[in-house]
Amino acid sequence: MSVAERTGPQPLLRVRGMSKRYGRRIGCADVDFDLYPGEVIGVVGESGSGKTTLLNCLSAQLEPSAGSLVYDTRERGPVAVFDLSEAERRRLLRTDWGLVRQNPREGLRMSVSAGANVGERLMAVGARNYGQIRGTAEHWLAQLEIAADRIDDRPGTFSGGMQQRLQIARNLVTRPRLVFMDEPTGGLDVSVQARLLDLLRRLVGDLDLACVLVTHDLGVVRLLAHRLLVMQQGHVVEQGLTDQVLDDPQHPYTQMLVSSILPV
Amino acid sequence: MNTKAAGYNYAYLDEQTKRMIRRAILKAVAIPGYQVPFGSREMPMPYGWGTGGVQVTAALIGPLDVLKVIDQGADDTTNAVSIRKFFAAVAEVATTTATERATIVQTRHRIPETPLREGQILVLQVPIPEPLRWLEPREAETRKMHALEEYGAMHVSLYEDLARHGRIAKTYDYPVLVEGRYLMRPSPIPKFDNPKLDRSPALMLFGAGRERRIYALPPHTRVESLAFEDHPFEVETWEARCRLCGAEDSYLDEVIVDDAGGRMFVCSDTDYCNRRQAAQGKPNPEMLGGKA
Ligand SMILES: Nc1ncnc2c1ncn2[C@@H]1O[C@H](COP(=O)(O)OP(=O)(O)OP(=O)(O)O)[C@@H](O)[C@H]1O
Ligand SMILES: [Mg+2]
Repeated sequence: MSVAERTGPQPLLRVRGMSKRYGRRIGCADVDFDLYPGEVIGVVGESGSGKTTLLNCLSAQLEPSAGSLVYDTRERGPVAVFDLSEAERRRLLRTDWGLVRQNPREGLRMSVSAGANVGERLMAVGARNYGQIRGTAEHWLAQLEIAADRIDDRPGTFSGGMQQRLQIARNLVTRPRLVFMDEPTGGLDVSVQARLLDLLRRLVGDLDLACVLVTHDLGVVRLLAHRLLVMQQGHVVEQGLTDQVLDDPQHPYTQMLVSSILPV
Repeated sequence: MNTKAAGYNYAYLDEQTKRMIRRAILKAVAIPGYQVPFGSREMPMPYGWGTGGVQVTAALIGPLDVLKVIDQGADDTTNAVSIRKFFAAVAEVATTTATERATIVQTRHRIPETPLREGQILVLQVPIPEPLRWLEPREAETRKMHALEEYGAMHVSLYEDLARHGRIAKTYDYPVLVEGRYLMRPSPIPKFDNPKLDRSPALMLFGAGRERRIYALPPHTRVESLAFEDHPFEVETWEARCRLCGAEDSYLDEVIVDDAGGRMFVCSDTDYCNRRQAAQGKPNPEMLGGKA
C-alpha cells in the first residue's frame, strides 16, 4: 500500500454485495458503496424498491443474506460489523451510530419526559450525574430548537415535527458519527418538513455527520444528500453525485423517477 | 412420620420437586442476583400469599429448623399465621417470633430490624421478579438486557422521578445492583430495608411463585441501591419515634388509634417492638404490639 493510500480518507462504512432475501422475494441485492466521514448519501426509489431493507441491513438490525459491512470504529479501526458480538453491535448502535425512524413514536420512549428521552443514551453509557445529564439534554433540545421549558413534558404533548426533532436530539446526544434515517420527514406537513430539513442540513454540516438517508422525496435528497443511490426492485441501478443524477439521469428508471416526481 | 400417614410428603412437596427447587437455589446462590427459572408447583394457598417463598422454605426446611414468618413486619397477620401453621403441621418445625432464634425467616414486605447473623436464611416472597419489566414487556428481550448488562434505561426512571418530583419517589421495591453485575428487584420491601441487603451475613433467597423465578444474595454480597452521584440513595426518616417502644432506628407505620382519627407512629417490626418494650419493663407487650 502506498503512503498516499494509507493516509487518504478511509471510508467510514464499506458496503459490498449487500443482499437480503425474504424467502424467494428479493429485499435488496448486491449493493456496493462506500460512505465517507461527513458524507450524506441518499437512497431513493419507489415503494417496495428495498430502501428500508437496505437501511436495516446497514444498521445491523436485519441480518443480511449475503454481503459484507465494514465500519471504521473509533477504538479498533475497520471491523466487520456482523463479526462483532451482539453486545458490541448493540453498543455501537447506542453510541457511535444513530437511528431515526419515520414514526417518532417508535424511536422515542413516550412514557417519559423529553429530558429523559435525550438523557437515556448518556445513562446507557454510564453517566450518573443528574445535573450534567440534564444540562446536556438542555443543550441538545436547544440545538433542535425545542424550547427549554418543554424539557419535563412527555413527547405525547409535542407536535409531530417536535417529536421528530426530539428523536433526532435523542440520537445526537452521544455525538454519533453515522446516522441512519428512514423517511425522517415522512409524516410531516410541507412547512414543518422545510424547517426540519433546514435544521438537519445545518446539524449535519456542524457535526460532520455521515448519514444514510432513505426517502422517496427527491426534494429531500436534493437539499441534504451529497450522493445518491437509486434503487429499483432491490438493485442499485444508478449512483453518483446528487446533482448529476437528478439533472442528468442515465438509467431509464431514474429518468422516469425524476420526470414523474418534480424536485422542489 | 405422621405427615406421610396424612397423605403428603415431609414439608408438603415431594422429594423430586424439592431437589429441583434446591438445584435452582444452588444456581441462584452461584450467580448472585440472577433470576433462575424453576418449575413452580401448585401450593395449597393462592399466589398472592407468597407461594414462591413457601416453596423455597419447603425445599430447605428440616425438623431442627426454627421458623419465623412475618408479613409487613408483623408475626400475627392472617397471612403470616397461616404460613407458620402450615409449616408447623407439614414440617413439624418449631416456630418463633424472635428474629434471633429463627434459622429461617420467611417474609413479605420487610426485613427484620434485628440484624441477621451468619447461618440464618431470609426467604422473601416476590410478586414481580423482573426489574426491567416496566421498560420492556418481552421476556426474551429483558433476558438479553441482563446478559448484556444494558441497564442504562433503569436510570431513566430515576431521572424521571427527579425531574418530576425533585426527588426519587420510589419508596419500595427499590432497584439494586448486585455485586456490580445483575440488576435485581428486592421485592416490595421499603427502601429503608435496602441497606440490610448489602453484605448481609445471612443468606437471602427470593421466590416468585407465579413468575417461577428464584434468585439469591449469598452472605456478604455487595448490594448497591441505584442513584445519581448528585442525588445519592437515601432511606426514609421520621420526625417521630415509636410511640410504644421509643425506637428511633426502626421503620415506623402510622396507625389510627381511635374513632376521632387520632394517629401515632409505631414500629412495623412487632417482634422488635415487643421485646424493646419488655426490656423497658412495660407490661404485656403482646397486647400492645402489632398493627390494627
Ligand atoms: N419482513 C418482510 N417479509 C417479506 N418481505 C418483505 C419484508 N419486508 C420487506 N419485504 C419485501 O421486500 C421488498 C422491499 O421492501 P422495503 O420495505 O425494503 O421497500 P421500501 O423501498 O422501503 O418501500 P417503502 O418506500 O414503501 O417504504 C418488497 O418487495 C417488500 O414486500
Ligand atoms: Mg421503507
